Amino acid sequence: MNTVATGLLAPLLLLPLAGAALNGAVGRFLPKPLSAAIGLVPIAVSFVLALVAALQLHGLGGAEAYGAAALTQDLGEWLNVGPLVANWALHFDAVTAVMALVITGVGFLIHLYSVGYMHDDEGFAKYFAYLNLFVAAMLSLVLADNLILLFLGWEGVGLVSWLLIGFWYKDAEKVDAANKAFIANRVGDLALMLGVFLLFGLAGTVHVGELREWVSHLSPAQITAGGTLLTTSTMLLFIGCTGKSAQIPLYVWLPDAMAGPTPVSALIHAATMVTAGIYLMVRLNFLFVLTPVTLAVVAVIGLATAIMAGTIGLMQNDIKKVLAYSTISQLGFMFLAVGVAAPAAAMFHLVTHAFFKALLFLGSGSVIHALSGEQDIRRMGGLGKVLPSTSKTFLIGCLAIAGFPLTAGFFSKDEILWSIMNNQQVLGGPALSSVLFPLALFAAFLTALYMFRLYFVVFAGEQRLTDEAKSHLHESPAVMTGPLWVLAILSLVAGFAGLPHFTGLPNLFHHFIAPVIAPTEALVRSVYSHDSGAIWGCVGAGTVAGLSGMGLAFVLWGRGGERPARLAASWPRLHALVLNKYYIDELYEFTFGKALRIKSRVYDLFVDNLVIDTVAVGGAGWLSTFSGQLIGRLQNGNLQRYLTIAFIGLAIVLFLIARGGVTP
Amino acid sequence: MSLTLEHYLLLSAALFTIGAVGLVTRRNVIVLFMCVEIMLNAANLALIAFSRFHLVADGQMFAFTVMAVAAAEAGIGLAIMVNIFRHKKSLLVDDLNVFKN
Repeated sequence: MNTVATGLLAPLLLLPLAGAALNGAVGRFLPKPLSAAIGLVPIAVSFVLALVAALQLHGLGGAEAYGAAALTQDLGEWLNVGPLVANWALHFDAVTAVMALVITGVGFLIHLYSVGYMHDDEGFAKYFAYLNLFVAAMLSLVLADNLILLFLGWEGVGLVSWLLIGFWYKDAEKVDAANKAFIANRVGDLALMLGVFLLFGLAGTVHVGELREWVSHLSPAQITAGGTLLTTSTMLLFIGCTGKSAQIPLYVWLPDAMAGPTPVSALIHAATMVTAGIYLMVRLNFLFVLTPVTLAVVAVIGLATAIMAGTIGLMQNDIKKVLAYSTISQLGFMFLAVGVAAPAAAMFHLVTHAFFKALLFLGSGSVIHALSGEQDIRRMGGLGKVLPSTSKTFLIGCLAIAGFPLTAGFFSKDEILWSIMNNQQVLGGPALSSVLFPLALFAAFLTALYMFRLYFVVFAGEQRLTDEAKSHLHESPAVMTGPLWVLAILSLVAGFAGLPHFTGLPNLFHHFIAPVIAPTEALVRSVYSHDSGAIWGCVGAGTVAGLSGMGLAFVLWGRGGERPARLAASWPRLHALVLNKYYIDELYEFTFGKALRIKSRVYDLFVDNLVIDTVAVGGAGWLSTFSGQLIGRLQNGNLQRYLTIAFIGLAIVLFLIARGGVTP
Repeated sequence: MSLTLEHYLLLSAALFTIGAVGLVTRRNVIVLFMCVEIMLNAANLALIAFSRFHLVADGQMFAFTVMAVAAAEAGIGLAIMVNIFRHKKSLLVDDLNVFKN
């Protein structure tokens, strides 16, 4: 373990927290430019600090050694209960560096964009306080040295997500969406907690470094013996990740989460928070690699989510909902990558996705801003000419996500596709891979299709605007288009950080995070060797899938016309099924909602009304009244009756004494 | 046959019982008052009897105290009764129920 103590990490984490506290406490008394500065400066400084820390980390090297080079900072004791030790300790390894740079870098651009987007909002300072709090919580999640502190950040981002989805809390629908997100996340969080407890029970530590140490000393026999428990713990962690990262079966909250301000959707519900699950699985890849069953489940669930969300996204008419389902679909791709033992590909796609999805969300925000709040793409169209910067950057985002050659998404998605074939031995032979690969290609095809549908419907064709939207039609100010261009450039060039091996050029990204994912890499190397022919095949297939998706989108939506409607009419049932999102919300409503209501009714009638109200509460009252009436008869005001009773009592006492039974 | 302590105590108990029964059965306040006096005197009798048989003077002292208290009680009680009678034209306890309810 090559770790170096540093003082950089605490300010990195605490500056956004200070910004949140300051804006939260006094922000509403300050002029807007000042509270915007309070929001922006800490994130900018944190970004610089993260950059310095990353460079320092790079200087440490140690890529070849088994064990992660890392910067650490211990801020003191937190929990010390028997064997459970959890400190306020921060840990900065290569994967953390990537996450911290994305969080603060993309976070800063989104903060900047928000200055323009939220300019007329009365909750301006509150908004920046929440946004800073989010960055602080997310940083504590990724910087945590132990799983307990990680869980604190995990819950922190959940809290801020709830606050920001329900930011416009006067609208009951938005509040419901916030609650839905929070409750769906609680289900996952419970599983995550159980997973952490189980790990603690097995290894006796919650410290990530010590866990890794523990795993490295396990003999193959011990791993076989403890396989079920290990698999259970990784499965529980994975279920926790499905909640936060919006995978089947807990993805239902993310589309509704679009009720929040659009920059929030970009930052929290596309670029950073929802990737926490992938981060956690990559951070703990040394555990997941021991449990091939969990990996297979992760891969299958991820791919199923990718396809399902892709098809739903194809039918949505709300610009943000399309992007939400696209996010779910891309997160599914990342899960797939983790599942096929390719954490480097997952992280790489996470980063490129953070760039182009943040770009797409901010672009959609720019469109919504220009159209005075219109979100329905059926009432858009032909915006390419009036919103030049937005439409160009949006097109770049679409190209990147669709995997157009040499954009960021091209490299990251093809690396995932290639990993499915390359790592097939990890999945227990070629059987699973040969199913996953064509389906993954189909998901990539869907991605291109729904993104270019969105692009053509919104920016091409003729304008279908309402009069209200037309009245204020304008390109967004520079403070909003600036971040769009920065993200667009990143979406174009970020891919070159992770060039595939066969080009002979260094894969910088992979090389950088190699120490952290060494256990998985070792396993993959032990069962398979690189084959450049297959790589060309994968890249070719991925590119063809993306381009054909784009082509089909152009044929269907690029020139207007009735084709999509005719196509929908020819398969009415399938169309209705997908349009209604496979009735999953209805299914949850029926199974959980209805069951809960029936159970509540039973409890209401029997337990509450009968047992508690009638027997317990009513019975106690009745007993008091009854006994009171009974005894009250004695208290009738007749002195002689009292005396009679007293004398009878005296006589009884005397009789008992005389009999010798009682000693006075 | 000589008088023993037992005879005195039996008389005392009989007097006390007569007083007690009268107290709970009669309705006229004056009669009740007399019953109370009988009970007090039953107690006095027992005190004096014990005092005499144990040759200790304490009991007699108590008896005098009780007599003094009984006299004071009779004075106050009769005064109250006179006032009640003026007010209610009756001395039956059944009628003296102004505080009831």
